[in-house]
Amino acid sequence: MSVRTFYQRLTGRLQTGFRGSVFRAIPTAVGVIVLNFILLQMVPGDAVDALTAEAGSASAETSALLRQQYGLDKSSLVQFGDYVNQLAHLSLGDSPRYGIPVLDVITQRLPNTLLLMGLALVISLVVGVALGVVMALWNGKWPDRVLSSLAFILYSTPGFWIGLMAIVLFAVKLEWLPSGGDGTIGAGLVGVDKFVDKLHYAILPALTLSSFFIAIYARLTRASVLEVLTQDYVRTANAKGLTPWRITWRHVLRNALLPLTTVAGTHLGGLLGGAAVAETVFGWPGIGRLTLEAVQAREYKVLLGILLLSSFIVIVANILVDLLHARLDPRIASRTKGH
Amino acid sequence: MSNTPVSDLTAPQPTAALQRPYAAPARLPDSSWRQQLGSSLLGRFAASAKDPMADDEDLADAEPRSRSRWPVLRALLRSPGAVAGLGVLLLIVLVALAAGHLYPGDPLDMAGQPLLTPGEDWDFPLGTDALGRDIAAGLAHGARVSLLVGVTAALVSVVIGTLIGALAGYFGGRVDRTLTWLIELFQTTPSFLLVVVVVSITQSTIGVIAVVVGLTSWDTVARLVRAEFRALLNADFVLAARTVGYSTRWIIFREVLPNALPPIIITASVIVASAILTESSLSFLGVGDPNKISWGSMIGTGRDMLRSALYLTAIPGAVLVITVFSLNLVGDALISALNPRLRGRTA
Repeated sequence: MSVRTFYQRLTGRLQTGFRGSVFRAIPTAVGVIVLNFILLQMVPGDAVDALTAEAGSASAETSALLRQQYGLDKSSLVQFGDYVNQLAHLSLGDSPRYGIPVLDVITQRLPNTLLLMGLALVISLVVGVALGVVMALWNGKWPDRVLSSLAFILYSTPGFWIGLMAIVLFAVKLEWLPSGGDGTIGAGLVGVDKFVDKLHYAILPALTLSSFFIAIYARLTRASVLEVLTQDYVRTANAKGLTPWRITWRHVLRNALLPLTTVAGTHLGGLLGGAAVAETVFGWPGIGRLTLEAVQAREYKVLLGILLLSSFIVIVANILVDLLHARLDPRIASRTKGH
Repeated sequence: MSNTPVSDLTAPQPTAALQRPYAAPARLPDSSWRQQLGSSLLGRFAASAKDPMADDEDLADAEPRSRSRWPVLRALLRSPGAVAGLGVLLLIVLVALAAGHLYPGDPLDMAGQPLLTPGEDWDFPLGTDALGRDIAAGLAHGARVSLLVGVTAALVSVVIGTLIGALAGYFGGRVDRTLTWLIELFQTTPSFLLVVVVVSITQSTIGVIAVVVGLTSWDTVARLVRAEFRALLNADFVLAARTVGYSTRWIIFREVLPNALPPIIITASVIVASAILTESSLSFLGVGDPNKISWGSMIGTGRDMLRSALYLTAIPGAVLVITVFSLNLVGDALISALNPRLRGRTA
């Protein structure tokens, strides 16, 4: 039995539920690891070059000896094995600049980024869906036109520029919100107070990050609601004499939001990229700003570690979206069972 | 089945009215790209296709349009948004082409007194930055960079995406599984981070950036083309071509691909816009080409003086927004322009 048939049997049996989703994500995860290894091989100079550069000088013999010691003279396949082995031990190597394991450097910053992304996702979904529903219900009338143009402008505006203009408006002119950082320095806050203070600092970056996605979700919801409105069950609900509010809430929105769950999953990668920009504009200490620091310091291990970890975050998020989708739409579960 | 090969989108088609019966009730087996494209990219098409009122109006319009020689262009020119967008884009292209004549010399050189506000000195109508560089010259030369990156990235991603999507959709089976895996891999990896990593590993020259941006955005095209190929492969005309004994290459490039062109064209316009945004973000963050002035890098350097000299960030940013907005306007209008043709084939 070849590996592939074994794998197919395994996934075939476990198509539904959590384990099925996980198994289906495995090929992608393997691909992500291979891609990262290839990029790591493309990095100019190797670890020994970095070490000898730090030491000041080294003879060719010493370099060769060091390469042998670190296994850098082995074939790429063996080196790939070493890389996978290292990953299996949850290690991404050490960072010479920070003097601690790369994974620690990243995980220190990760919660900040996840907070920012979560906040941005919630804002963009809530605002986007609300705008989309308004646009669809007033299809062709002035609220639709105004909001459509607004969404179109948001869709065309780079996040960093919105961020800068938001700083000028809300931080400099109106002085409502802080212009950067992730907490009041020297305030000595603890517990809930500290979190509230942090949220205060997170509002502007999160709004900046969500601007593009608000536009996408608004347009998506509009299209989706308009489509659902033509369905027979909506006409039935109308004929039954249900109130418009109840029809929109229970019959239209529930069905219209299904495609949104799939799309929101695929946008996670984009959200991570956007976070890099928003974090830099607002000096928010997350992995996005760490990426830029790593680029400037030529810390390729940190850089690739971030790419690997973000890809895995997207994979995990997609598994969760899969499960959510199956739960929201019973048709999917029954379809996969039928195979 | 109303599926008929359309040789070229913009080419004159004297028999167009014969080829495209508009009222045919048949549906394509898989119309998923229309939903994907219409909703996730631009949000208009899926809605308007379902709207019975709009349908009737467009049908009435569509009849004379289909007989004209350049139906797509005519439909485009009928939309005010598209005309405005095309006008702005034309202006930007002209300025980019003439940048060397209008502002000879390196736009990164000092030209006059530093920090002149716009209108203060009419030699520098848009002012100068902290190092005395002419903002207008920067904008003109920056347009070159933006357009170059946008067009190159779109070309690269359309070529790769079409090839991979066509192969996956046409051959199916093992080829499809492998290529779908590749598509999923690129969909999973956060593309902006990937661009940052690849650019910092290789070189940050404008050419490399353009190609790398293209290399990370082909997955959308591939997905669309694959879906379209899978849908079209069951069409009668493909079966006919097979029966006649045309080669695989002929069927892919001469029979199926021309029919899959509308979504590719629309996606290409979106990719141009997003590539321009990506490049500007890169140079804003300081990862761009240090030897070329770009709108993003102008915003990045002006950022330090956000409080005292807002125009340094506001002007290049506004130009960037107008450019991308125009591109999106044209892309949006393209969907409706290509719409009657699509509807002719499907519903």
